[in-house]
Formats: sequence, structure tokens, C-alpha cells
Amino acid sequence: MSTHNPENTTSAESANSTEPIVELSGVDFGYTSTLVVEDISLRIDPGEYVAIVGPNGSGKSTLMKLLLGLVRPDEGIARLFGEPSHEFDDGSRLGYVAQHASASKEMPITVREVVKMGRFPHVGFGRLSGADWDIVDEALATVGMTAFADRRVTQLSGGQRQRAFIARALAGEADLLVLDEPTVGVDMESVEAFYDLLDSLHGNGITVLLIEHDLGAVTEHAERVVCLNREIYFDGPASEFVESDSLARAFGTTANLLGGSR
Amino acid sequence: MIPLALSLQTGLLDSVLGPLYWFLAYWSEIMSWLAGQTGLEILQYGFMHRAILVGLCIGVMAPLIGTFLVHRQLALIGDALAHTGFAGVAIGLFLNAVIDLGVSPYLTAVVVAMIAALLIELISEATDAYNDVSMAIVLSTGFALGTTLISINAGGLAVGVNQFLFGNLSTVSNESAAILLALFGIIIGVIGLTRNQLLYVTFDETAAAVSGLSVSWYNRITVMLTAMVVVGAMQIMGVILVAAMLVVPVAGASQVARSFNESLLISVVLAELAVILGIGASYYGEATAGGVIVLVAVAIYVVTVVIGKLQTAFGEEETPEMGSIDTNEPASRGERHRPES
Repeated sequence: MSTHNPENTTSAESANSTEPIVELSGVDFGYTSTLVVEDISLRIDPGEYVAIVGPNGSGKSTLMKLLLGLVRPDEGIARLFGEPSHEFDDGSRLGYVAQHASASKEMPITVREVVKMGRFPHVGFGRLSGADWDIVDEALATVGMTAFADRRVTQLSGGQRQRAFIARALAGEADLLVLDEPTVGVDMESVEAFYDLLDSLHGNGITVLLIEHDLGAVTEHAERVVCLNREIYFDGPASEFVESDSLARAFGTTANLLGGSR
Repeated sequence: MIPLALSLQTGLLDSVLGPLYWFLAYWSEIMSWLAGQTGLEILQYGFMHRAILVGLCIGVMAPLIGTFLVHRQLALIGDALAHTGFAGVAIGLFLNAVIDLGVSPYLTAVVVAMIAALLIELISEATDAYNDVSMAIVLSTGFALGTTLISINAGGLAVGVNQFLFGNLSTVSNESAAILLALFGIIIGVIGLTRNQLLYVTFDETAAAVSGLSVSWYNRITVMLTAMVVVGAMQIMGVILVAAMLVVPVAGASQVARSFNESLLISVVLAELAVILGIGASYYGEATAGGVIVLVAVAIYVVTVVIGKLQTAFGEEETPEMGSIDTNEPASRGERHRPES
């Protein structure tokens, strides 16, 4: 566990190239008086591929909200790119992919229009320039969705839709890609392709933070696993996670969760 | 003090609305000229000139803001705000009767509906959800307040209430048309400026928040604009039917549009079609305009559903090959734009 104390971070330190992207220190949080996560300390450095796993209701999504600054810790400190997470406002450095979008399923919107949103933090109230559109097309090409650019998102399969959302994050030129259970409802074959895509993005230097229930995929692809059930039960290399008993402790079961999930 | 404040207020209002009165006069001339050219009886009356202009404005602003509501399943909010707008009308009529305030009931309606909009939004922020129950309570409270205030002043007031409930082409005054034009300008300006942000918040609220947008501010803007639209449109649509213009053309456009931009355009075209055909039919058929416009809009919606079904049945595009993942693409910040070596 990191011994770095964020309270003492100086401006000289934060200019350092090894400045952590995410840094949580002694974080407690609860929507009511019951804590959803407790005493969480976590540091994610640039270029890491980290998976957060845990049973349903273990606080995975809450942890994601904390580190993205969508909710504020009750206790402790949450920092994103060196700033307090809730004050961080350079959305262009973050890419976010969820299980699905919040809009109604009938919303007529094309893949290109979705990917275009990645440029919004860069253009503000203005229009997209030619260069912006080039970046959009480039992102579509990176995820192999150029042929689907003018398709309505509603016509896509689950796997294709997730690729479109990844392309949106790429179009934003995000440094940190956060994925919240991105493969729910995606067919097996697309899931494989999806993880290959994440691997290649990670290979190109993007920091990937994956919140996932599919333990098999996680241990195969991520470098580092954080196992959560209200508290952190394990934080270390994926290979060690497989051998540790933290899984059984966090999930409260001895079932072979790794074998059956892929 | 009150008369002074009032004269200041009306003075300010008139200076804002002044150019709009000029525009209305100019518009009326165009319509009269058109009447001379076409011989259409409907275009000969001053009240119809104003009603048509108001109708055309509604046909643009209602589906535009409606698009951002419908796709978030917030269609009911238009109805709730229209009914609080009715309370605002009643408050205006009441104040005019009791203290001789002399303001347009549409102005008080705008103010009350916008306050209600903000309240609904703040409640939803506190409870983390827009829910049917709170919306229904706001809707009923607005309507109950309106009917109660009006019944207290029974006699003189009850006579004029129908035009607010059902809308009326012939009662669109110069002042209320000018107020609508001012609202139209604000609404179109704000939507034009914040279209990207509204789209992002509508499509994916969490991703929009992560990208640095203040979702609650854009939600507040959306509901306030909605309040302005429903009160503006109330003059000819009426309280009870106004929400239909936010919803029906948008639903129709969703059936046939291939993209979001196209859906905005199509929803405006469908709404204008409903407004123009509806006003014409109601004039010649001597029926209430709001009702006829909505019936035409629904008929158009049915047609779009059929077209949409035909599109899926016969227009099935070939599924393109999904491209492979380009692993050589430098995708990280900084690397992306590095020139090829």
C-alpha cells in the first residue's frame, strides 16, 4: 500500500511526471449513515491497468464515483490528477464507459454523433473544427467502427455499442479510461474483442481502470487487481490475486469463481 | 411606491418589447400582402396574423426543447409546468382584479412556471430522481391553485378562463405576441448556445458529469426553458394540450430520423405542418385551434410510425463488416498527434 501522503503534496511534487492519476487516502463514504466503502487508500499511476472487483453491493461503483469526483468522501482525501476529485474539471482527461447510456432506447443518434461528444470538453460552446472531426474519425477507425459511423446506436449489438463508447473516450484524448462493468449484456465473442481493444489501448499508454464482475477476464487482462467489499481485501498483481485467499474472504465463499466465468 | 415601481416595470417592459411591436406590424403587412396575392380569407385579419406567427414560433421551440425531454423520459414535466402556468395566469388575473396591477397574465404565468420548474428540479436533485408522484403533485397543485383563485373572483374572471385552458386564436394580443417573440428569442438563443451540453446530458448523464459538465445546471436550464415554452405556447394551444407539442412531433421524428440532428429538423418540420394545417382547419371548421393542431400532429405521428415500419421492413441496409481493432494507432494523449517518423 502506498505510503504517500496527499496532504503534503507540494506543487513541485505534482509537477513530477510520476504524479499519481488517482489517489485516495483513508476514504469513508456512505449515502446514509451506513458506510458503503470504508478506509479506502488507493493510488493509481499513469499507464497502469487496474481492475476493481468485488461482489454485488461491494461499493465498486461508489468507489468509481468517489475517484471521479461525482461524490465527495465523508472522511479522507480523494485526488484526481493531483487536484481534489470533486474540484477537478478538466473532463477532457477522463473517458468514461458505462453499461449503457441514460437516454431512452429510442433516441435517434448515430455512432458518429456519440463519438463527437468526446470533443465537447474541448470545444465548449463552440462548433467542432475540421481537426476535431478528424480526431473523431480516427477514434472510430481505432475501434474498427468506421463502417458503422452513420448507424443509429439503437441498431448496434452490445459489443458494438461499447466500442462506440470507447471511441468517444478516445476522441476526448483521455489519459484515464474508466469502465464501469462494460461487458454486461455483451456476447462472449465481443467480450474477447473488447478486452483485446483495452489491451491495445493500454499498450499505447492509456491508463485503464476497469470495474468488473467477470473475474476470469480481469485476471487474464489487467495487471493489477483491487478486490473490494466495503474495504480493500487485496491490492496487487493479478497473478498473486488468483493465488490469494482474498477472493474467498471478500466474496464470502469458497466457490471457484475464476474457473466458471469464462 | 407601488405605482412608481409599476411604471418603471412597464417602461422597461415596453422598451424591451418595442422592436418586437415593430416586427409584428411588419409581419402583419407581409401577411396582408400575402392575403392580396392568394385571396385567402384567413390571412385578412390582424388577429390571424399574430396567431400564425405565434403558431410558427411554437412549431420551432416546442419540439426543440421537447427533444431533450422526451429522450430522458421527462415528457410529463411539460404538462406539470403548463398547469402551474395556469396557476400563474390565475395569479395575474387575481392581482389585476384586486390591486389593479395591469400586467399580462402571461407574464405572471412565465414567472410562476419558472419558479415551479426550478422547484421540481431542486426536489429531484435532493431525492436523486424525477418521479411521477412529485410531478403529479406539482401538476395538481398548480391547477388547484389556479381554479381556486379564479373561483374566488368568480363572475368577471371566469368568463376569460377558457382561452387559457383551451387556447384561442382570436385573443392573441399584440402584447402577448410580443412576449412570445421575446421568449422565442431567449429559448432559441440558449438552446443554440448549449446544444452540445444539452445533448450530452440527455444522452448520458454520468458521462456528461465525468466530462466536466454541471449536469444539475443544464437540467435547471432545460426545465426553465420548458416553462417558457409551455407558457408561450399556451396562448393558442391551451393549458391542457400544450404539452402535446413538446412530445408528439418529437415522437414522430424519432420514428424516421437517422440521426439526432435529423431528428431535430424533422420534429420542427412535423410541428410546423401540424400548426399550419391545424390553424387552417380550425379556422375554416370553426373549431378550437389547440385541439385541431394536436389531432393533426397525432395523425402525422401515425403516418411516421407507418413510414418507420416500412423503412425497417424494406430498407434494411446490409450489415457492414466490423473493422478490426487498429493496434498500431497511437491513441494516447501526446502520442496521437506525434508526426510519423
